[in-house]
Order: sequence, then structure tokens, then C-alpha cells
Amino acid sequence: MTLRDLEIGKNANVIAVHGDSAISKRLMEMGLVPGVAVKVVKAAPFGDPIEIRLRGYSLAVRRNEAESIEVTG
Amino acid sequence: MDDIAANNHHDGPLTVALAGNPNAGKTTLFNSLTGLNQKVANYPGVTVERKDGHWRVGDRSALLIDLPGLYSLDATSLDEHIASDVLRGKVEGVAKPDAVIAVVDATNLERNLYLVTQLFEYGVPVVVALTMIDVFEKQKHEIDIAKFERSLGVPVVAVNASANRGIDELAEKVGDVIGTMPEPKFHLNGNADAGENAKIFARYNFISEVVQESVKHNDLDAHNFSEKIDRVLTHRFFGLAILVGILLLVFQTIFSWAEVPMNLLEQGFGAIGDTARALLPEGILADLIVDGIIAGVGGILVFLPQILLLFLFISILEDTGYMARAAFLMDKLMSRVGLHGKAFLPLMSSFACAIPGIMATRTIEDRRDRFATIMIAPFMSCSARLPVYTLMIGAFFAGQTVLGFISVSALLMLAMYALGIFVAVIVAFILKRTILNSPPPPFVMELPPYRVPNFRTVFQNMLTRAWLFVKRAGTVILAISIILWALAYFPRTEVLVPGGNASVNERASSDEQPTTNNELSPESEQLRNSYAGQLGHAIEPVIRPLGFDWKIGVALIASFAAREVLVSTLSIIYNVGKDENEESQTLISAIRNAKDDQGKTVWTPLTALTLMVFFVLAMQCMSTIAIVRRETNSWMWAIFMTVYMTALAYFAAFVTFQGGRALGFE
Repeated sequence: MTLRDLEIGKNANVIAVHGDSAISKRLMEMGLVPGVAVKVVKAAPFGDPIEIRLRGYSLAVRRNEAESIEVTG
Repeated sequence: MDDIAANNHHDGPLTVALAGNPNAGKTTLFNSLTGLNQKVANYPGVTVERKDGHWRVGDRSALLIDLPGLYSLDATSLDEHIASDVLRGKVEGVAKPDAVIAVVDATNLERNLYLVTQLFEYGVPVVVALTMIDVFEKQKHEIDIAKFERSLGVPVVAVNASANRGIDELAEKVGDVIGTMPEPKFHLNGNADAGENAKIFARYNFISEVVQESVKHNDLDAHNFSEKIDRVLTHRFFGLAILVGILLLVFQTIFSWAEVPMNLLEQGFGAIGDTARALLPEGILADLIVDGIIAGVGGILVFLPQILLLFLFISILEDTGYMARAAFLMDKLMSRVGLHGKAFLPLMSSFACAIPGIMATRTIEDRRDRFATIMIAPFMSCSARLPVYTLMIGAFFAGQTVLGFISVSALLMLAMYALGIFVAVIVAFILKRTILNSPPPPFVMELPPYRVPNFRTVFQNMLTRAWLFVKRAGTVILAISIILWALAYFPRTEVLVPGGNASVNERASSDEQPTTNNELSPESEQLRNSYAGQLGHAIEPVIRPLGFDWKIGVALIASFAAREVLVSTLSIIYNVGKDENEESQTLISAIRNAKDDQGKTVWTPLTALTLMVFFVLAMQCMSTIAIVRRETNSWMWAIFMTVYMTALAYFAAFVTFQGGRALGFE
């Protein structure tokens, strides 16, 4: 499954970041590499973007980007 | 120290670069190392801000270069590209750094260390400055600095700039590494030729090992504090209400706090004008200095308190971490109109000034998203509009309240800001579906933990930005003031007689205007016949439908150079400098009492509102046009922006004035 489908408050581990764009590279540079633990903290008032926690910090990503991040189900 | 000096490969001043992630405390450290001894400029050919300062490393002086905040050095954004060029010594006029200080946030070690592993690849000695160490220790985490140093292979200094901790040690360690061959523990080795993803993975693997060896993280969730605040500030319902509330509070505070210093400044400039008038021999020079320079420049510097306050609040919002939350809250709306959430920050900065705002769009990778943001940035009410709004509101709406406690002034201000945002949204929507069509952009943004803002950083930020405003008052506005004064002063139609009274020549007496009208003073007659008056008269037919007379026309023409010039122009036109009344209300009362050639009152609340609407939307700023030309690398975009904004402004002002009249307002 992808990070997009991960419920708020749930933890998972990243399996892979798909896509070959500048964005997937940026996501990896921000620490979203295979094996890292992530948690979805909350969604913004209009449902998008979402706030995730990884490596002890908070990152906001849109659901579209979250979809390219495969996580353990 | 001697053996260090022997190792140095050159004897001139050292060059040291300061690199780090955004929000890592880099600016605070830079300020602490350089004090007020810093210079802000641009890198040649581009508008990436270059901040330099002087620092002492032992007995040698060093040029400290504050690189832009970076997550990576892979040159995907312009900031990263420039930083990478500086580190390789490829930037004209900047020597290759003798050392790099890598600023690393101890509370966000892993991601901050990513940039450090990239810095290792430049062959420049690296010293790690570990910031936020006080917060880290308060959270009861532990770090073994000696082990940390060993596993990284470079010196590490824990610093706390506000407590002056580690500052001397940092200079010492930088002095030690200069001229040495760096021996970091991380190399890409076999991964050097691998794909980008493999490189990133290898770097993070190294980082995980380093952190595991030297850091003991407390199990307590350190981010409890920020998460608790965010439960309210980014709440589904309250979040947006609080955002609006904060903006309203900021504007109301700007108004009430600035009042006293503004009055003092105005009286001060009045006194300076009087003194100059008394000291100087009567004649053209005295007129130039008092009515041109002091009235023009003074009229604008009076707004410095408001501008300082606005910048103060923007700095505080940035430094606390709230600005990123605002982007988080607004992203969905931004993406609805096709803009990037990252456009929110440049647009917010544009409330201070569109120029830094437009420069800040560089963080937006997609060209079309970036151009759409640039095209709407000037709709954000910048500080140069503030004097115009304040003058109009002060003259016609001051002291009124609704519901007993909300001031009409603050509400009108908010309405002007809202109008700009509203039009910007519509224009962005249209642009993104026509000439700048592209799929919705991605959004990846850090939400830094909430922090108590560093007083010194906020203060210095405010001063740097305010200084740019003062510099403009001293250059562009000074020049315009002199030109305007001359346009209004020549050709002469009056004869000066001793005693300071002017007698009007026969042209005025042959005029058939009622002589009781105070507008027929010699000064007004002079202005009417001057070059400025002729210009104003020439455009009067065009601006009549907006309720403006030729005097406002003169001010409008002048304000196309820079918006705030309107205020100084009106001061010159209404002869405020010559007014004997030293009260702060001189310009306001002059506007209220101004009569047109038929003896009718020129300014009504509706005229004031129409003028404000025009100023919200019109492209009246030479500097912005120049920046747009540079950033888009085309005159086409700069001209397009000027034309469509001004046409829109005319249309909206027309609707406001004629609509207001139809509704019975006069």
C-alpha cells in the first residue's frame, strides 16, 4: 500500500519511493528512503496536504506525492 | 598558532562558508559570529541573496559567506546551484572557501547530516556546528561528541549562539582545519557511479550508523510540544479562523503602535524644514531643499515606524515556525487555483515588498508555476502601499468603529489586502488555465518545530529590510522628489516679493475664478501653470470618471515610479512644507480641505476608497518591473504584467467610483 492510504496516527515503514522525477528524488533527500519509519500525523483543514513524521521531524506532502511512497501495510 | 599559519596555502583574508538546512539556526549563528558587520547583495547575474560578514579566526580575518538554506547540494534549485558553485570556487568575486561550517540542528540530526555528507564531496575542510543543543539537552537526549566526531571524521562543536556557548571553540576548530586535507569517514566509493537513488540511500545508511553510535535518543516524544500547539493552530476549523485573526491583529497593532512615533517624526521633519527655511537665504535653493527634498523624503520616512512593525511581525511569524503552518493550511486553496503551496511564502513576503517575494519564487521548480506566482505577487499589498492606505484611511475613516470595538481603519486595511488576494487568485486561475497551463505542482515542505523567536535574529531581519526602504527613500524617492519639485516649480509664474509673500502675475488676475477660494493662492496658480500641472491636466479627462482631478493626476503619474511617492507628491502639491501649522495632521487636513477649480471639494471618502482600490491593483513600481524582467529573462512578461495590472486597476477604480455614486455615496 502507499502512504496515501495510511490512516492518521498509524506507523509504517517505507518500502520504496516510486517515480523518477525531481520530486521522488526530493522525497528521498528529505529522508524517505527504504526502511525508514513514518507516521501520518494529520491532514490539513481541506484534507490535503498531510503531515507526516519521520526521523524526528515533520514534513508536509500532498496526497498525490504520498501515493508514490510505498509503505508496509 | 604558528604551525597553523604555516599550513595555510595563502596569507590573505580567509573565506569561510556557512551551510545548513533551513530552520537549522544558521542565521542566528551567522549574526552572532559577524555582529552588525554584514553586507547583503546578490550573486552576479542572478538574484540569489548573498550575505557576507566579517569574522575573526584566531589572528586572521575571515570573510564569512552565509549560503542560502539548503536541504541538498544536487543543484535542482537555483539556490542549490549557487551554493554548489560557491563551494567549488566557481563564483566570480568569491574565493573558494578555505573551510565550511556545516550548521546541524541537533534535534533533527539525520536529515541535517544529509547535507553534511554532500559537503564532504567538495574537498573543503568541514567543521560541524551543532545548534539547538540546549533544546536537545532539555529533551533529555544525549550525544557523545567525541564519538560523533570520530564517526564523522570531522571536528564538531556544540554551539548556542544566544548563550555564547561554543563560539570561541568554533573559531579555534576552523583555524585548526584550514590548510589541512579533510578526511571525512564517508565516501560514495562504489556508489559514485550508481544511480541517484543509490547515492541517497548510501548517505542515509552512513548517517544511521553515525547516529546509532553516538546518540541516545530519549523515548519521550520530543515533538509533543509542537504537536499540542498544532492541535489548535492547524485545526480543521479553528486553524483558518486563527490565521485570519492573526493577520487582523497584526494590522490593528501596526496602526495603533505606529501612531506616536509617526507624529513625532512628522513634527521632527516639520521642525527641520522650518530651521532650514530660517537658515537659508530665500530663493530657489531654499525652496528646493524645504519643499522638494525635506517635504518629499520626510513625507515618506514618516512611514518608517509602520514598516518596521510590519517587518517585525513577518520576522516573528517566520522565526516561530508559524509561516510554514500558514502554507500548510493554505496549500489546498492554492492548488485549487493551480499554484504551489510554496508560492504561499513568496506571496506572504510580497506583503512586505514584491521584490524579495518575486526573488523568493526561485524555490518553485516548475517554470510555469513560478511565472504564475511572479505575475500575481505584486497584487499582495506591499509596504509601499501602506503609506497610501494610511493617508486615505487617516483622512476619512479614522476613529470610526463597528460593533463598538473593531476599528474601521483596521477593517478597511484588511479589505484592501483581501481585494489584492482575491484578484490574485482569479488571475492565477486564468493564467494557469491559459498561457501558463501545467499539471498541479507537487508539494514537499518541512514543518519546523515551534520555537521562541531569537530576539536578535528577528531584530536584525527587521533592520535589514527596513534599511532597504530607507535607502530607497534616499535614492529613488529623493530623485523623484527633486524632479517633481522642479516640474511643479517651473516655469515660474510668480514674482517673489520681500516678506515671503508672492504676488501673482497678470495671468492670475485676469482669471475669472472667485478670489475668495483659497485654491487661488499664488502657489496653486504656480502649480496649475507648471509642467506638472500641464501633465495633470492632460490626463484629467482619463481619470475624471474615477473622481480624480488633475492634482491627483500629477500624483498618479509620479507614483508610477514607486507607490509611496504619491504621499510625498501630495505633500509637495498641497504645499504642506510651506504650511505654518506644525501639527502632524497637515497633509491630512490639506487633503480634506482641497477644492478643485470649480471650488468643489476634491476628496470624499468615496474618492479615497477609489484611490486605494486603484493602488491595490495597479503596477506602480519601477523596481518590481526591473526585477520581473530579470527573473523571467524577458521584457515581454514585465510589460504584460504592467499593462494588465494597470488596466485592471483602472477598471476596478471605475466600478468603485461609479458604483459608489450610483448607490448614493458622493
